[in-house]
Amino acid sequence: MINRELIDASNLVAGVDKAFWVILTISFIFLIGLTITMLYFVYKYNKKRNPKATQIEGSIKLEIIWTTIPLALVLLMFYYGWQGYTPVTGDPPDDAMEVTAVARMWSFQFQYENGKKTDTLYLPKDKPVKINMKSLDVIHGLFIPAFRVKSDMVPGRDDMFRWFIPHLEGKFDLFCTEYCGLSHSYMYTSAVVMPEDKFNEWYKDTTKVVIPAGGKPGQAGLGVMKRIGCIACHSSDGSRLIGPSFKGLYNQPKVVIIGKEEKEITADDEYIKRSIFEPNAEIVKGFNKGLMLSYKDQLTDEEIELIIEYLKTL
Amino acid sequence: MAEPTINLEQSFYEVKNYKSPILNWILSTDHKRIGLLYLYSIMTFFVVGALLGLAMKLELIAPGKTIMEAQTYNAAFTFHGIIMIFLIIIPGLPAVFGNFLLPIMIGAKDVAFPKLNLLSWWIYVLGAIVALLSQVMGDGPPDTGWTFYAPYSFKTTSTVLPALIGAFILGFSSILTGLNFIVTIHRMRAPGMTWLKMPLFPWTLYATAWIQLLATPVVGITLLMVIAEKMFQIGFFDPALGGDPILFQHLFWIYSHPAVYIMILPAMGVISEVIPTFCQKTIFGYKAIIASTLLIAFVGYFVWGHHMYTAGMSDTALWLFSLLTFLVAIPSAIKIFNWIATLYKGSINLEIPLYWALGFLFLFMIGGLTGLVLGSVATDVYVHDTSFVVAHFHFVMFGGTGTGFFAALHYWFPKMYGKSYDNTWAKVGFWGFIIGFMMLYMPMFTLGMQGMPRRYFDYLEQFHGGNILSSFGAIILIASLAIVIINLVTSAKRGKKAPKNPWDGITLEWQVDSPPTLENFETIPVVEKGPYDYKK
Repeated sequence: MINRELIDASNLVAGVDKAFWVILTISFIFLIGLTITMLYFVYKYNKKRNPKATQIEGSIKLEIIWTTIPLALVLLMFYYGWQGYTPVTGDPPDDAMEVTAVARMWSFQFQYENGKKTDTLYLPKDKPVKINMKSLDVIHGLFIPAFRVKSDMVPGRDDMFRWFIPHLEGKFDLFCTEYCGLSHSYMYTSAVVMPEDKFNEWYKDTTKVVIPAGGKPGQAGLGVMKRIGCIACHSSDGSRLIGPSFKGLYNQPKVVIIGKEEKEITADDEYIKRSIFEPNAEIVKGFNKGLMLSYKDQLTDEEIELIIEYLKTL
Repeated sequence: MAEPTINLEQSFYEVKNYKSPILNWILSTDHKRIGLLYLYSIMTFFVVGALLGLAMKLELIAPGKTIMEAQTYNAAFTFHGIIMIFLIIIPGLPAVFGNFLLPIMIGAKDVAFPKLNLLSWWIYVLGAIVALLSQVMGDGPPDTGWTFYAPYSFKTTSTVLPALIGAFILGFSSILTGLNFIVTIHRMRAPGMTWLKMPLFPWTLYATAWIQLLATPVVGITLLMVIAEKMFQIGFFDPALGGDPILFQHLFWIYSHPAVYIMILPAMGVISEVIPTFCQKTIFGYKAIIASTLLIAFVGYFVWGHHMYTAGMSDTALWLFSLLTFLVAIPSAIKIFNWIATLYKGSINLEIPLYWALGFLFLFMIGGLTGLVLGSVATDVYVHDTSFVVAHFHFVMFGGTGTGFFAALHYWFPKMYGKSYDNTWAKVGFWGFIIGFMMLYMPMFTLGMQGMPRRYFDYLEQFHGGNILSSFGAIILIASLAIVIINLVTSAKRGKKAPKNPWDGITLEWQVDSPPTLENFETIPVVEKGPYDYKK
């Protein structure tokens, strides 16, 4: 409702904004009207002007009036509030495209039916899309303000979905709106809406990893890590986040805790692989167990190699 | 305990059963001393909670890290919430003013169970200490938010358990106070004080007490389940153990929504006392206000689902909870209309307590009206979990209950301490409060409508403007609160002696000494008139 250009950014916008308009207008009139009345009475009936109060017990008539009129008004608000939501209730149309949004602390991943996986939500314009909500750890929320779309992502509840039709091309903010811990405020990405032909072109290209030409060594690995959300918890510059930094990691000695025993290991290829697949087996000393989930079945050997290539450059 | 002879004409402050001044307070079963014990405990916590709020606002004055780390910020809003909700605003008005004034207002010498009353305070202190232990024990203070949502509260490595156990213990304090008040009101009203001759503050305490008694066990059980799950891995709520995190939300809000009415109803009772006194006029629609109080307490049980519109409930549940939520708005509206109608043709004495009561009306109206946005499905789904909700909640709870608390404090201060406070400083404090309050929370509505999620340590550049304004508002608000509190504290010590009935009130508390004697009344009064019968 802030930006009028977005009036039709999705099939929800018009109804939601109408409900806002109805509720806020009525509320504003009541607030101003009642406040002015109140201040006027305080002025008019100040004891200087009105030394003796008139005792009035009440009025059944007035009580009925100011019960029924607000009742009618809130029912009106209820109606518009529900109407504004109905465009996306029930099941999505049959031609809806399905995307599975997978949230974890603290990144989103979007999985398409052809196996494509991205960290940004790409959508075709004017086509219904059904987003399956999936969370791997705690409750997250998927919120695209421009589309007026929001849904919690509840672990263990894989039947949840939200569907809508994006109508406006462009790049829109996508936030996590359910508090999910340390980096909650950094758990955001974008929804990109493209014309259908452009989207199809993008969609068909299922090369898993795009290696930018002429890029610095390891850039492809960084791309993989951004996509799956490593950098939300591990820095590349030595600073301490939730997990240990990647800087100065590769082939360096590290003290890890296995069970309750300390052990010195070398962060070689095998160790890195183990850390990705069984992140809670060996914990770097000084960090906490249980925060990272396994990436088993989510990364190919080729991708792991790209990650290692990138770690070598740090 | 030795029973020294007690001079019944002395103020209750002069009654000393022990040599030690501290023991005279913490072992006293006098409802007035217990009320003041709560007041001092609550105000101490309030200072801590308010400063945490200020720290959070200073952090948000600019994007990126400003004065603290993300983990500290998350712990700060959790601690702020736990203090403000469980330690201040739930016990709040009933524990302080209910204890001090309920017996006097209904013409009784004390509450029905004075020892149980003292026990409630002790349980409150115990619960508070246990909850505070979470700040110093284990691997850092809890960072779950005051809602303890599963499964994050199981995943986090911070110290959640003491906070949960603390909240569990505090629940018993709440239940026992509720029980005590119900029995007191049923059994101890002065002769002649029929139900419909009882003042409205006791009426709201009565409705509140029923919610405390019936709803608090639900959260007690829920917290116990979380504790059992954390300690013994019994899978109630954590999907990793086969539990359902949404079940936690249902159970939590089945208590916590009615709890919102535990917080606001007594404040409404205060306003219903202040307005007639300063208008020298009977309250408009006495019975309508009672009916709306009972309706709020009743319908309030059936609206918890509006906290969970995005949590994956069925469409039927969505519209049903939405409809019920809109219905619960009506009794609050009725109250507003009756209060404003009471001003009509009154003889208005614009003193500090009325300033705060009018401030309550204004801020509570904004809180209530923005609540309509949150009751409607389409708009709530959009602003749910954004700063809009935080703003709404603070308007209702701080602008409503908080302002009502200050109205009560300024209204009954002369009665409680027998002293008057400084009017000029009180006015400065009040206006600073209103200005700071509006500047702090109004921008949060627009930020929420722009899409800024709540519980955000950092934000994108588009949210910067509103946050700057909000942070400056917080500074003004805290400075004003300091003025208000310092004024009251110094006046309690050094203020001029206050007359017995400075505001020409006619409810029973204005007929007893300031400060009251141990047994309040020399002889129990016989009530013949209605509570606000100003016909002379």
